[in-house]
Amino acid sequence: MNKIWLIIQREFLSRVQKKSFLIATILIPLIFPAIIGILVYVSKESKKGATKETIQYIDESKLFIPDTSKYVFRSIDGSLDDAKIAFSKSENFGLLYIPNYQLSKPEGITLYTKVNPSLDDVGNIEKLLASQIKEMKMQKLNIDQKLLDSLKTSVSINTVKLSEGGQEKSSNSGILFGIGMAGGILMYMFIFIYGAQIMQGIIEEKSSKVVEVIVSSVKPFQLMMGKIIGLASVGLLQFFIWIVLMTTLTFGVLGYFGIDPPQQQAMQQMGSEVAAQQAAGNSQIVATINEARNLPWGYFLGCFLFYFLGGYLIYGALFAAVGSAVDSPAEAQQFMFPITIPLLISYMSLFMFILQDPHGTVSIWLSIIPFTSPIAMMGRIGFEVPFWQLALSMILLIGGFLLTTWAAGRIYRVGILMHGTKVSFKVMAKWFMQRG
Amino acid sequence: MEALIVRGVTKQYANHTALDNVDLTVPEKSIYGLLGPNGAGKTTLIRIINQIINADSGSITLFGQPLTGDHVGVIGYLPEERGLYKKMKVGDQLIYFARLKGLSRSEAIKKIRVWVDKFEIKDWLNKKVEDLSKGMAQKVQFVSTVMHEPRLIILDEPFSGFDPVNAQLITQEILELKQKGSTIIFSTHRMETVEDLCDDIALINKSKKILEGTKKHVKDQYKSNTFLVEHRGAFSLNGGTYELLNQNIIEDGFLKSTIKMNGTGSPNDLIGKLIQVTKVSSFQEKIPSMSEIFISLVKGESHE
Repeated sequence: MNKIWLIIQREFLSRVQKKSFLIATILIPLIFPAIIGILVYVSKESKKGATKETIQYIDESKLFIPDTSKYVFRSIDGSLDDAKIAFSKSENFGLLYIPNYQLSKPEGITLYTKVNPSLDDVGNIEKLLASQIKEMKMQKLNIDQKLLDSLKTSVSINTVKLSEGGQEKSSNSGILFGIGMAGGILMYMFIFIYGAQIMQGIIEEKSSKVVEVIVSSVKPFQLMMGKIIGLASVGLLQFFIWIVLMTTLTFGVLGYFGIDPPQQQAMQQMGSEVAAQQAAGNSQIVATINEARNLPWGYFLGCFLFYFLGGYLIYGALFAAVGSAVDSPAEAQQFMFPITIPLLISYMSLFMFILQDPHGTVSIWLSIIPFTSPIAMMGRIGFEVPFWQLALSMILLIGGFLLTTWAAGRIYRVGILMHGTKVSFKVMAKWFMQRG
Repeated sequence: MEALIVRGVTKQYANHTALDNVDLTVPEKSIYGLLGPNGAGKTTLIRIINQIINADSGSITLFGQPLTGDHVGVIGYLPEERGLYKKMKVGDQLIYFARLKGLSRSEAIKKIRVWVDKFEIKDWLNKKVEDLSKGMAQKVQFVSTVMHEPRLIILDEPFSGFDPVNAQLITQEILELKQKGSTIIFSTHRMETVEDLCDDIALINKSKKILEGTKKHVKDQYKSNTFLVEHRGAFSLNGGTYELLNQNIIEDGFLKSTIKMNGTGSPNDLIGKLIQVTKVSSFQEKIPSMSEIFISLVKGESHE
C-alpha cells in the first residue's frame, strides 16, 4: 500500500508542477467566458457597421416592399432579361423577380444574386414578402390590423413542480437543461482528457523503458492503479480550482452589474416604455438567478464527482490497457476507436435524446449502462431522477469499473514487458488469459 | 551459504515453454554468469527471480528463505530494457527508486550522496534526465540499481549499450561490490567478460540448463588433454599414450607441437617424455575458452 502511495505522489506532483497544468487550470475558466464575450461583441459591431444591400425588383403584381435594416429595395420597370443584363453590371446585391401570381398561391418568385445568398438572406426576404402578401390579403378580406392585434393573446406558462410533500417548487427547465448540458460536456471532456493522459503516461514509461525497473520493486497492478489514482487526483484538483474560480467570477460579475450606476442612469434617460421593458427583463433575470440559487447544487456536485470518478476509472483502465500494449501513440489509434465509441454515443445522445426527453426509455437506459451512464446521468441529473435508477446506475458503475480494472490489469501486466510485438485484439486476449 | 537456489522452475506460455525444470545454485559472494543464446529463457528466469512474473512451478530460495515480496529491497535489478523517466530530475528519480525499494527518504538521500560523490555526478542531481548525455544516464541507471546496497545484484546484459569507459567503470564496481559481500548474477553474450569476471557459470539453451559449475570446473570438464609445446629440434611420437597432432616451425629452429594425451597420465609424465627427445622451451595445457565451450554446446544441441 505504501508503494502505491509513492506512485500516486509521483504521478500527482510530476503533473501539478508542470507549467502547462497551471496555465490550463487558471486560463480555461477565463477563456470560455472571454471567447463568448468576444463573439457577442464582434457580431454586434459587425451589425452596426454593415452597409445596406440594394435589391432591385421587378414586380408584375404591384407589391410594395418596404426597406429593412439590411436591404434597400428599388422597384424597376422593364423586362426581366433587360434587368438581368443591367444587374450583372451593377453593384447591387440581388435582383428579385416577382411574377403576376395568385394571392392564394404565390409561385415563381426568383432571387438572382452574384454570390450564393446565405440561408439568412433568403429567409429574411421570404418573411418580408410573406408579411406583405398577408397585408394585402387582409385588405382584401377587410380585416384591419387593430382587430387582428386584439385577437393576439400572449401565453406564458409558469412551471411549478409539486413534490410529494405537497411543497411547491418553481422549476426552470431552461436552467436544468443548461446544467445537464454543461455537466455532460464537462464529464465527456474530463474522461477523455484524463483517460488519454493515463495512456500517454504508460506509453511514456514503456518507450523510455523505465517500466521494468519499476515493476521489479512494485507489482504491475500497483503501478497501474497508482497512475490511475494519481491522475484522478490531478483531475479533481483541477475541477475544484475551476469551480472556485468560476463561482468567484460569476458572483463578481453579478455583483458588478448589480450596483453599476451608469447603467441605471442610462435607463432613466431612455423612453419610459423601453425602461419598463428593460425592468421586466431584469426581473426575469433576477427570478432566474433566485431559482438557480435554490437548486440542490450540493447534490449535483456530489453526483458529478461520483460519476466523474466512476467513469474515469472505467475508461482509465481501458486506456491503461491500450497504453500497455503499444509502443507508440500512433499505434494506439486503432485501439482507441472502440473505446471512444461508447463515449461518443453517450455524448451525441446527450443532445439527441437525453436533454430532449430526460425520462424517455433511451435516456433511462443510457444513464444506467455503466459505459454511458456518466455522461447520460449528468444530462438527466437536474430532472429529478428516480432513486432506484440512480442507485442502480451507481451500483452498476462501481461493478463496471471493478471489472474493467481487473481485466485491464491482466493485459497491462503482460503488455508492459513486451517490446516490438505486433499487437492485435487477439494478442491482447491471449495476454488476458495468460497465467501470472 | 547459497545466495540463490532455484529448483525445478518451469514457465509455460501458450505455444512454447520458456523454462523447463531449471535448477540453479548461486554461491554467496560470487559473480555468477548466466549464459545462453537469445530466446533461451534467461530473461524469463531473471524476471521470475525478480517476481515480475510468476513461475508455473518450482521453488526459489533467497539467502535461505523462500522468495517473498519482502525481498524486493534485497535485490538490485538492471533489466536489459532499461531507462529512466526523461522529464524527472536525477535526484528526485534516485530518491523515488530508492523509496520504492523500501528505503526512507532520509536513508535514500544519505546513500545516494555516497554514490554521487563516487561517480562525481553531484552537479547532475538537479538536471532532468533528458538533458544528460547517454553515458551520464547510464551511470545514473547503474547507481539506481545498486544504491540500496542489495545483497543480490542481477544485471541483464549490463554492458549492452554502455560505452567502453562506462563498461570499464562498471566492471570495477562489480568487483568492488563482490568484495563488499554482494552476490552478482549477470547474463551476457560477451564471453571475454565471462572469462574476466565470473567465478561460476550456468548455460541455458532452449529453456533448459545444460551446464553449471565453477568456471574452472567447467573448463576442466571440457578440456581435451591437449598440450602446446614449444621446443628446439623436431621429434615424433608414435601412437600409444601420446599422439602428436601437428608440428610447425615458428622461427629460428623453434617448433610448436600440439600433443594429445590419451588415458590418464599427468602432464609431468609428458614433460618427462619430451625432455628425452627435444629441448623444451615452453609447455602449456590447452584450455578451452568459454566462447569455445559455449559455441560447441549450443551448436551441438541444435544439431540433435
